[in-house]
Amino acid sequence: MNQRAPIEEQIDLPFVESLRISFQSLKIRFGRSIITTAGITLGIAFLVSVWTNNEINLALQESGRQSQINTFEETTQQGISTKDIWLIVMSLIVCVVGIANSMLMAVTERFREIGTMKCLGALDGFVVRLFLLESGFQGFSGALIGALIGTLGAILLGLKDYGLDLFYYFPLLPAQPEDGAMQLGVIVVILLGCILGMILAVIGSSFPAWRAAKLPPAEAMRTEV
Amino acid sequence: MADIVVKTEDVVKEYRMGSNVLRALDGINIEILRGEYISLMGPSGSGKSTLFNMIGALDRPTEGRVYIDGQNMSQLSQRQIAAFRCHRVGYIFQSYNLLHVRSAHGNVTLPMIFAGVSERARNEKAEKLLDMVGLGDRIYHLPDELSGGQRQRVAIARALANDPSIILADEPTANLDTITGREIIDLIKRLNNEQGVTVISATHDLKMLDVSDRIVDIRDGLVERIRNRDEIEIEVGEVGGE
Repeated sequence: MNQRAPIEEQIDLPFVESLRISFQSLKIRFGRSIITTAGITLGIAFLVSVWTNNEINLALQESGRQSQINTFEETTQQGISTKDIWLIVMSLIVCVVGIANSMLMAVTERFREIGTMKCLGALDGFVVRLFLLESGFQGFSGALIGALIGTLGAILLGLKDYGLDLFYYFPLLPAQPEDGAMQLGVIVVILLGCILGMILAVIGSSFPAWRAAKLPPAEAMRTEV
Repeated sequence: MADIVVKTEDVVKEYRMGSNVLRALDGINIEILRGEYISLMGPSGSGKSTLFNMIGALDRPTEGRVYIDGQNMSQLSQRQIAAFRCHRVGYIFQSYNLLHVRSAHGNVTLPMIFAGVSERARNEKAEKLLDMVGLGDRIYHLPDELSGGQRQRVAIARALANDPSIILADEPTANLDTITGREIIDLIKRLNNEQGVTVISATHDLKMLDVSDRIVDIRDGLVERIRNRDEIEIEVGEVGGE
């Protein structure tokens, strides 16, 4: 109790300690974490299914096959139709808003916890790092599951439209047909979906966490959700 | 010469609520001595919790200065404030403010994690402290599995984790029944007596005034008067009995 000593500087915690605390927090809040992660999964699944479906259509059209289901007007034009772009943009917006919302809620309900940790001596940076780790993990696992579900959905839809030809012409890898639109390929779409989900989750969580960590603890603890 | 641990100089705190400005503290000047048990007393809305937050570096004053151990708190860096909260002060709140995802043990060890105490040392200390507050057999219970009085005991153990020189208690008995409240007060008083910890408590519980060395009456954001324990008469009736 060196009461007279000048006030020292708070130390940084080892990374392992933050990792341990963030995983503990995810584990014990398992139910709640699953719901937040499901929000990410759904958003990415929707986006990836629409996108992959579009890739499949492009590849199969390129190969000369026509969807047995698509209407006459849609199949007359090659490449991405306005409707497809519209669908992708819409699903992207739904995905962004959905993930941002679910992360924001998950952080806001923990403002009191943030204030309390600061009372006990946590640095602002530590609080932000905790949420970064938690949301990064949630974002990645949620987005990966979502991307796989989305791809599976698009494949099922493709099977319905094209039958087993789908697998023969399956656009797994990026391709650049001579006179067609650039095709990203399913693997790239899955990858982009995962990255997007993770980035959105991390931004959606660490931005409000950073704002809460900047507040004086008294104010953070006063916040009621 | 008296050893002053906390000193406030013309502390003003204003809250902006839309176009209205609420002046919660209107120039507070107090000095608190080391080892003292002091109660901030006042009706709700008087500003005592706001003052409590200023002394504990949980909020910044709009004007004025707070000195703790001779240090002007507004001149401290972020890291120093965090270290101050971690080492010098132990906070006890009306609503306990335990992390509900961590067990009693996890709550008590957290401030020691922030202080960089080794795992073995903090486990030992946590067990010792929880034992001292009478929760030796409920170490790994989650806060949700504990009663109000037990939660407040965990909060007290947590407040003591890094051997603070000041205990700040904001209405620690307000959510507790009379008997449990009495036990919590006795526990805090014991720390004050045995370990020489300075206790600063915001309260309107008469039982807490009984054990205080001085009572500061706060009204409308001002110090109305400061009384010594022997200047007031409190009749604390026996409740419950044996």
